[in-house]
This record gives sequence, C-alpha cells and structure tokens, in this order.
Amino acid sequence: MLAARTRNVAAAEDALADAFAAALSAWPRGGVPEKPEAWLFAAARRKLIDAARRALTASAAEDALILTIEELEEMGRDDAPDRRLGLLFACAHPAIEPSVRTPLMLQTVLGFSAERIASAFLVEPAAMGQRLVRAKKKIKDAGIPFDVPKPTEWPERLAAVLDAIYAAYGVGWTDPLGADPERRGLAEEAIWLGRVLVSQTPREPEALGLLALMLHLDARRPARRVDGRFVPLEEQDTKLWRRDLIDDAERVLTAASAQGQAGRYQYEAAIQSAHALRAFHGEADWPAIQVLYGALAELTGSPVAKLNHVAALTRVDGKLEQGLAALDALATEHAVLLNYQPFWALKADLCARAGKSDEARAAFAEAIARETDPAVIAFLRNRSAALR
Amino acid sequence: MKYALLCYETPDDFATRDDARRQSAYRAAHSAYLDRLKHAHVAVASVVGGAGLVAPHAATTLRLRGGSRQVLDGPYSDTKEALGGIYLIDVDNLDAALGWAEQCPTAKTGAIEVRPVMPGSG
Repeated sequence: MLAARTRNVAAAEDALADAFAAALSAWPRGGVPEKPEAWLFAAARRKLIDAARRALTASAAEDALILTIEELEEMGRDDAPDRRLGLLFACAHPAIEPSVRTPLMLQTVLGFSAERIASAFLVEPAAMGQRLVRAKKKIKDAGIPFDVPKPTEWPERLAAVLDAIYAAYGVGWTDPLGADPERRGLAEEAIWLGRVLVSQTPREPEALGLLALMLHLDARRPARRVDGRFVPLEEQDTKLWRRDLIDDAERVLTAASAQGQAGRYQYEAAIQSAHALRAFHGEADWPAIQVLYGALAELTGSPVAKLNHVAALTRVDGKLEQGLAALDALATEHAVLLNYQPFWALKADLCARAGKSDEARAAFAEAIARETDPAVIAFLRNRSAALR
Repeated sequence: MKYALLCYETPDDFATRDDARRQSAYRAAHSAYLDRLKHAHVAVASVVGGAGLVAPHAATTLRLRGGSRQVLDGPYSDTKEALGGIYLIDVDNLDAALGWAEQCPTAKTGAIEVRPVMPGSG
C-alpha cells in the first residue's frame, strides 16, 4: 500500500472517456512524433488557457501572468512543445528562489491554484500564495526572459523542470474519478510533457528516469480502483496492469541506466520496476526496493523516501519492533511526517502485525484524519475495524 | 531595460588598486570592460553612467532619524566585500545583463549584484 504512494497521492483513476486520453495511450512507443496531432494539442492548449484565465481572474494584480497567457496563446502556431518547455525553464531560472520554482511552474504553465500547490507540497496555503506573488513580481521586475535556455545552462535548470512535471503528475493522480476539471487529465499532461522533454533531450538520464517512473505508475492505474474501492498495491490484480506501458517504462529506464549517471528519478523508476515484477514473478523484489529506497533517502534526504525505506526494510526482515522504533526516530527528525497520512498508515500496519491492536487503531484514526479521498478513508476504516 | 551592475570587491581587490605591480592590470581590465560595453552600445550614456569608487576606508555612512543625523565612519555593510564600482547598462533582459556581469573583472574575485534601474531614472 505504501510503496504505491510517492507523495501522499491517492490511488487510481478511472479510464478517462475523452479523446485526449485515448490519443495519448495510442501514441507510438519511443517518444513523441515530430509534431503532435494538431487537434490533440489544440485541446491541451485550450485547457491550459482556460486554467490560466481562471487563475488570472483570481489574482488580477499579477501582471506576470498576463505575459504567460500571451505566451500560451502563441503556442500552437509554431513549435508548441518547445514553447511550453520554454515556460517551464523560465520558471526554473536561477534568479528565482529555489523552493518556489516548482510551484511557480504549476501555477503559470498548468494553471494550478495556490491552495492546490500548497497541499501538494505540505505547506500552508497563505505562505505559498505569498511566495508565488513574490516570484512573479521578481520575474516581472527583474526582466527574467521566457526563453528556452542555451544548452550550457540546460543542466542546472533541468532538475527544477523535472520536479515540476512530476508534481503535476502527482496532483493529477489525486482525483481518481476525474471529478475536478482542474485535475482531470493532469497525469496525461505530465506524461506528455515528459515525452516531449525526452524527445528534446534523448540522452538525459534523469529525464528518461522521470518518464519511466510516470509510465510505471500509470501502468497500474486501471487496477487501483475496483468498483470505486481503493485497492492497495499488493492486492492489485496484475492482469489489469498495462503491459504496454510497463514495457515502455522498462525500455526508457534501460536507456537511462545506459548513461551511467544515477539520479533521484532513476531510483524511483527502478523502485516501481521492482514492484512491477509482481506481474511476472508473483512477488515484488523487496530486497531491491529496500536498497533503492535507502539509496534514494541517502541522495535526497527526503523524509518520504526514509519512510518508504523503513517500510521496505520491515517487509524484508520482518522486525516489527525495530520498524516501529525507526518510525518514531524518523518522526522526531522530520516532524512534517506527523502530518503525512502514509506515516500513520504504516505505523498502523506495523502495530497491527505486531499484535498491538489499540495502538494500531489509534494510528488508523490519525491516518484517516489526514486523508481526504473517501475511497482511501473507507479502506483505512475497514482495516481498523478488522483489528482483533 | 537598464541594470546596475554593483561590483562588490574583496579586500584583496582593493589592495590591488594600490599595488604597483598589479594596479595597471586591474585598471586595464576595467577599462577594457567599459570599452566593450560602449562598443556593444549597452553602456548607459547618462550624467553618471557608472563610476569606480575609492576603497571602503574612505566611506562614510549617514542616516537621518527623527530629524538628527547619525554619521558613522565606514561603508554601510560590515562585510568582507564592499562596493567598489557601478556599471550602468541597457540590455534586453536579465539574462543579457547576467551575460555582461559575467564578463566584468570583479566577477572572478568578488561578486556582482545585478539590479534593475527604476524606469524613468538613470
């Protein structure tokens, strides 16, 4: 259950009905065609412009957003994928404060609200709103250009672009039934951006890693909800997993590792690859998952990576008390985890397996209190009720 | 857009100016830089245009509070690096300004703050 969560995103989205999604899944393997189908891009562009206009109405004083809309409206006339990428790179300009680059991209390129961005990044909405205003003011006042950077500057800006694309994927994934027009299709948007990026930088290992990661995650989408019910990763019917996306992901991940430069997204993709093995061998490669989360935690220092490392470690060695102790230590070191549903869900799971029913119930309650997706809440409630 | 390139020099940079062996190279580097700015037509032609500043020991900092002056010996900031000079340029955007800042001799030893000039001034 926890390995399927990478950023507190709930599972599953129903198969989308609109042509947009269907066209994306029919794309040839190996990347984006030279020019995307005009109608496909026009549809995406319209969605972006609508989203940007909504955001503009909400915060009329932000002139920098007007510039963005003008840029957006020019897209589709010339090389559209470059222009959207150009915007992403502008938001990742070194003159912009690092922690606000990804939120800025999500707002200006994909039209996210400040509230949505704040919850994805586990920060207070008011603080996020202020930082976004400041960043847009910086772009405007300092004259930061909206150009695709020169190749010499590309590497330093790429990391921020990758984070933004992945954040978009994560947010899109939180709306399983496609009920929210702001979130529906965002996962597809993110994968599409990932493919475009790879087509522009075919030997960039982390761009390849990110695409492989998103493809692996998306391959399991059909299995995540059954009759609206949340299905944890370990219980998913692997026959529902999309083998074509898994194959695609593996091919992309292989291309990444051929570059011989490990990185955060490649580790994450490899972890998902190890999970995908359950479709072929009946069991995920848990020792590999443990090692990979360890490497990821070492590389990034991310509390979520550390949490998942504890989960994998406990899965491999079965030492529940040590796992629980590790969780407590982790929460002391990273208080932010105490607000993170999967932390409590893992604690509940370990307590349950250790026979500590009262503590498990308490932990399930904490998890439920931090979850908004009704299907996930129902799942957690059922698990709690099943405790002896 | 007009930008000020505020050149923060290290104590060694300031010392170079007075060092008989190194001063002509120092002056030549800045002089050559200014020539390049003029040649590229980005140097702002204005009353000020830019200036090299005498080393920070000659600085005096003034504040006016409640109608009375506070005058203190020394530059505004007590940091190791101090403002050594200002270039004013007129270029398309921040990246162009950064491109010119990179070529300024001070970039190698000190730091250059790149700040836009208010529209309508300078």
